[in-house]
Amino acid sequence: MFRHKNEVAPEAPRRRGRRRTFFAGLIAASLVLTGCAGAGAIGAGEGKTQIVVAIVSNPQMQDAIALQDKFRAEHPNIDVQFVSLPENEARAKITASVATGGGEFDVVMISNYETPMWAENGWITNLQEYAETTEGYDPDDILPNIRKSLSYEDDLYSVPFYGESSFVAYREDLFKKAGVTMPADPTWDDIQGLAKKLHDPENGVAGICLRGLAGWGENLAPLNTVISTYGGRWFDMDWNARLDSPQVEAAVTDYVNLVQNYGQPGAATSGFGDCLTRYSQGNAAMWYDATSMVSSVEDPASSLVSDKTAYAASPVNKTEAAGWLYSWSLAIPKTSENKDAAWEFMSWMTSKDYIKLVGNEFGWARVPPGSRQSTYEIPGYEKVSEAYAEPTLSAIAGASQETSMTKPVPYTGLQFVGIPEFQDLGTRVAQQISAAIAGQKTVEEALEQSQRYAETVAETYQAGEN
Amino acid sequence: MTTKLETPAAGDPSRSGALAPPTATQPARPHSPASKRRMSSSLLTALTWIVGLLFFAPVLWMVMTAFKQESAAASNPPSFFFEPTLDQFRAVLDSGAGVYFANSMIATGVSTVLVIALGVPAAYALSIRPVKKTKDVLFFFISTKMLPVVAVIMPIYVIAGQIGALDNIWTLVVLYTAMNLPIAVWMMRSFFQEVPAEVLEAAEMDGAGLLKTLRIVLMPMVAPGLAATALICVIFAWNEFFFALNLTAATAPTVPVFLVSTMTSEGLFLAKLSAASVLASLPVVIAGWIAQKQLVRGLSMGAVK
Repeated sequence: MFRHKNEVAPEAPRRRGRRRTFFAGLIAASLVLTGCAGAGAIGAGEGKTQIVVAIVSNPQMQDAIALQDKFRAEHPNIDVQFVSLPENEARAKITASVATGGGEFDVVMISNYETPMWAENGWITNLQEYAETTEGYDPDDILPNIRKSLSYEDDLYSVPFYGESSFVAYREDLFKKAGVTMPADPTWDDIQGLAKKLHDPENGVAGICLRGLAGWGENLAPLNTVISTYGGRWFDMDWNARLDSPQVEAAVTDYVNLVQNYGQPGAATSGFGDCLTRYSQGNAAMWYDATSMVSSVEDPASSLVSDKTAYAASPVNKTEAAGWLYSWSLAIPKTSENKDAAWEFMSWMTSKDYIKLVGNEFGWARVPPGSRQSTYEIPGYEKVSEAYAEPTLSAIAGASQETSMTKPVPYTGLQFVGIPEFQDLGTRVAQQISAAIAGQKTVEEALEQSQRYAETVAETYQAGEN
Repeated sequence: MTTKLETPAAGDPSRSGALAPPTATQPARPHSPASKRRMSSSLLTALTWIVGLLFFAPVLWMVMTAFKQESAAASNPPSFFFEPTLDQFRAVLDSGAGVYFANSMIATGVSTVLVIALGVPAAYALSIRPVKKTKDVLFFFISTKMLPVVAVIMPIYVIAGQIGALDNIWTLVVLYTAMNLPIAVWMMRSFFQEVPAEVLEAAEMDGAGLLKTLRIVLMPMVAPGLAATALICVIFAWNEFFFALNLTAATAPTVPVFLVSTMTSEGLFLAKLSAASVLASLPVVIAGWIAQKQLVRGLSMGAVK
């Protein structure tokens, strides 16, 4: 203990050096221990209610975290803590917590996939009364299809942060050059013809970009809207798997052929992110995907095509509409002990005022879209969203099973099947589709295997119902 | 010229390709064994450098990316020349990384101390003074590592939830101790076994008791092993992601959870993630550097040689 502090110990006092290391370790450990006792004591301050909010780390949600001081200023008695994770991790974690009653969270971000199922299971709190009695919240302002998709037995169980449907983005300049026009309500046959004319691999431009990456939230999202508009469905009303029907085969065949012949290179591993990069860098003439693409496509900082893009409705075949419907929304788990404080926070984050706050602080292009009618009446937002506001609104307005499917189905959802098994089933089927796009399998083989997967799931429902 | 094959030049990957022709057509001393030896040793050095750089390249790329703007980090083809910026580090530090680092320090530090405190006596009892059925005990220890973590996460989660131990850093301390203990016991046992029995006998003859033998004779001899074991425990605990992700929320998340939280499914995040990764790697690098001194010293040791 009498020697130097920092220099390397020479050979001789090896033992002492070691002992010193050991004691240093002990001291460090005890420091850590006491430090930790301190850390544990920091929690909610005196008289404060602490709520824990689990959200998906998308840019708009990050904006909400950045604005939390505004909420704190208005609600000094509520201390908000965020747990922010990417989509897959957040979904797994929130599902595990809510399903087992883990109780870590007071507010969770879920979607219209989970909301009806979890409401039925009694896992989340009925928000109808909260929404109706909160001054200025105006639940009737929420877009009707979004509101419906977040309700169970006509009561709201989660409130939308933003919403999206799907549409086709296309390059006006390339269309003009090729001498073609986009019909107002294109069919998949129209799209096929246009893609053929616009496909120009020598100049690095694909006719169309379509997701091929395996995943129930990746390639199955656009493909399921195609299956629906071709008259196909996953299950009939008696829970018989129907992936072997001619309608499904026709839809999948057309999708696979389109992307193989006129799609982007390496389509089998290309998802939303890859298509976004390709389209915004000018490497695709058309792109059928989420309406939320506009926040990147229309941003001149990240997109080369922001002033060259126009939008058309989701392509159809036998139905009048074919878009999907998705919404990231906030719910309160049944286990939360601070439901009032939780509502205070989520009503702030989904309010009309919050949208104005984001617009004023960060600019109108960063506003969370597709949740409220009033957003589209704000002059600032109207101006920036001129090119896509109307297509987005009408896509969401058209996104319902009644307008997008030819036959009734026993589940909720358009681009997904609203059953818990779908995360697994969907991903397995998505892998088959991806293999077909890669050319490793024929469409018939892929669908044959998919049908077997679907039958396994169907059996449990048939057994349960009969 | 022909013998000019110093290691620095050989280590340069851009020039390593040029090594082959001169050595192949060496006219001066074609069959001299000394030059042959030099040649092969230079080739070996070159190969080592190439492999080393190959392994280091991703780390280097991560560090470079950490100093880029998001758009430069996402550019294709990748940009090698850019204006370095500290924006990403600032963003990381501003996003409340401190809590994550404090939690990781506690989970890693305490669990490692516990593992060593429990593992060393266990290893002693299984090597120097073997208890009955040593093999069975050893196998039992290691068998706890055979079940995949994902298979036990649900029971652990439910139990932790029921005893109110979710989102609590001490839950992770207990789990990390349990997770690293078998490895520590096995590692320390192999180090103890290398201690010659004669040394211990000599200590006994000189009248040293168990504690004194442990402290003065045994510990200095196995210190390099102890350092290696502690380092492994630190690395495993620091990098552990699965338990941390599933069992923590707002108060007890660790650094790996922080890394994931900088990712997003929409928008660019590579530069920020790289900056966070650089910061996350630093403590482990420092721990490795400290342990390395012990490890190197251990190599030169020998009691009865």
